[in-house]
Amino acid sequence: MALQLKRRLHILREKYRGKKMAPAFNALHTFLYTPNDTTHGRGTHVKAVDDLKRTMNTVIMALVPCLLFGMFNTGYQHYSAINGFPENFSVFEHFLTWDNFWLGAVTVLPLVIISYGVGLAIEFLFAVIKGHEVEEGYLVTGMLVPLIIPVDTPLWMLVIAVAFGVVIGKEVFGGTGMNILNPALTIRAFLFFAYPTWMSGDKVWVHGAVERSNEIAAGANVDAISGETVLGYLAAGNTEGIAAKYDLADMFFGFIPGSIGETSTFLILLGGLFLIFTKIASWRIMVSAVIGSLVMGLIFNGAVAWEWIPEYSKFYGLMSFEFWQHLLVGGLAFGIVYMATDPVTGSQTNRGKWIYGFLIGFISVMIRVFNPGYPEGVFLAILLMNVFAPTIDHYVVRGNVRRRMKRAQNATIHPKLTEESEALKVETV
Amino acid sequence: MALLSKKDANLILDPLADNNPITIQVLGICSALAITAELKASVVMAISVLFVMGVGNVVISLMRNVIPSKIRIIVQLIVVATLVIVVDQVLKAFAYELSKTLSVFVGLIITNCIIMGRFEAFALGNGIWRSFLDGIGNALGYGVILIIVGFFRELLGSGTLFGIPVLGDPITKTGLYSIGYENNGFMIIPPAALIVVGIIIWVQRSRNRALIEEA
Repeated sequence: MALQLKRRLHILREKYRGKKMAPAFNALHTFLYTPNDTTHGRGTHVKAVDDLKRTMNTVIMALVPCLLFGMFNTGYQHYSAINGFPENFSVFEHFLTWDNFWLGAVTVLPLVIISYGVGLAIEFLFAVIKGHEVEEGYLVTGMLVPLIIPVDTPLWMLVIAVAFGVVIGKEVFGGTGMNILNPALTIRAFLFFAYPTWMSGDKVWVHGAVERSNEIAAGANVDAISGETVLGYLAAGNTEGIAAKYDLADMFFGFIPGSIGETSTFLILLGGLFLIFTKIASWRIMVSAVIGSLVMGLIFNGAVAWEWIPEYSKFYGLMSFEFWQHLLVGGLAFGIVYMATDPVTGSQTNRGKWIYGFLIGFISVMIRVFNPGYPEGVFLAILLMNVFAPTIDHYVVRGNVRRRMKRAQNATIHPKLTEESEALKVETV
Repeated sequence: MALLSKKDANLILDPLADNNPITIQVLGICSALAITAELKASVVMAISVLFVMGVGNVVISLMRNVIPSKIRIIVQLIVVATLVIVVDQVLKAFAYELSKTLSVFVGLIITNCIIMGRFEAFALGNGIWRSFLDGIGNALGYGVILIIVGFFRELLGSGTLFGIPVLGDPITKTGLYSIGYENNGFMIIPPAALIVVGIIIWVQRSRNRALIEEA
């Protein structure tokens, strides 16, 4: 049956070769099956035989644990908000339960389906109109999008945002590989600025909270539930330790409210190591971004330690937040591992990658602290650096050219060996 | 007999389509971004520019043979400034609220590149009637884009047109809002205007491929 389908598709593909709909059939064919003709590892110029599809699939594999964890966490946060958090928390008893997973699956999967459905439909449409092949670039974007939005994002908003992000963020520049901005972050930025009430606050991070507050407003007799993110809690000016609410293990393993896939720093770390190990993502960007955020966090901690910031200041809560804990909360870790390392929109040169990554970490923490309106600055920092990445590369390349020019000018040209010196050499040897 | 000869008619029609000051020449963008969040402000801005350009082009055309070329920019500036002050005072007298919305941008008509551009490029070298038509044409071309952008931004951003709710009431949840629709806050902020103008440019150039510049 499967083979028949493949053969049928193959025949269709041959039939439509050179016609207007050809890219659509080609794409369906390569999407479902291993393409018949790939790059062979024979030529001397071929450094790696990974095609785009392989690269993208590797990233998706690194994302799947985050997605599954997000489903469990959706259920866990929802039921905990209603019934209270369990006293003696055990992962198997309270977290990895069928109830949690089921609730998570029915709320998260529609987001995934919408993200892929709308995005791929637009990709197909543009491929047919413009007559180029459909690239696999959207496979990762489509997976990233549901992971970086709150669980209760209305589906129609996601449809609009994905359409906007794919068309304005990617297709107008010429499709996969030509985009300036990361499409997934463009989609998130659009949602954030278009529908801010659905993207921040203490209601959107727990499934059902918005619905309940609407029911209460309509006069129903249910308890309100809410769940703030750690950053939201701090940005609201709560200065007493966050430890009262969540301990470090909660933050590290991700049993906290937040966007669907970004809460578990542990799984993100594993995904990051996997991507570094398979050489898909740049370790330089990851390392430098971590350093950048630590440096900015240290500066803020220092400002608090030297008492430059009075306790009544609205920045006090976030500034006194331990510098390394910034990496555990919010989307910073997720952004660094999966978004900043996007090979298309990031810096290409090695030195550029260090600068690019460092500034992402640095600016992310800065936005977090200084703008309480944007408790999550990571997506803005990455988008900003996406814009600057070509400039960074330009200057790195220029710098390299200048250095080599200088070296060439200062180089002493060795005098020709005369018979005399040759003899001397023989003697000394 | 036609009202305008074909050549004269083109002076008005060209800027409306294939030589649009905003989408083709990419002039006057600042005001297009700043004041198009509401349709009403867009329309008033369009009318103000129409007045300033129509009258300004005629005045410059009248003086074109007596302006020493070394100080022509200053003379042009004085002409625009005078006209803009007239517009500003009229707005303050008859539409005070609106003049507050438009705030500094009425004053900034003085520096609108389209106006100076037409003075320099056209009115200084052409007769009164043709200069007048050219001014009207370019102001209309500018106004059309302003109104299109303003229409989409106000409709999608606030759910109103000229301040009248057309999609229902967001607070009492009537009309579209009863099924969960929400206003798009992104359309209110100036970057949205940039994107709407960009989309207009995109549509226009894909309809008429001759307009695409060589890269």
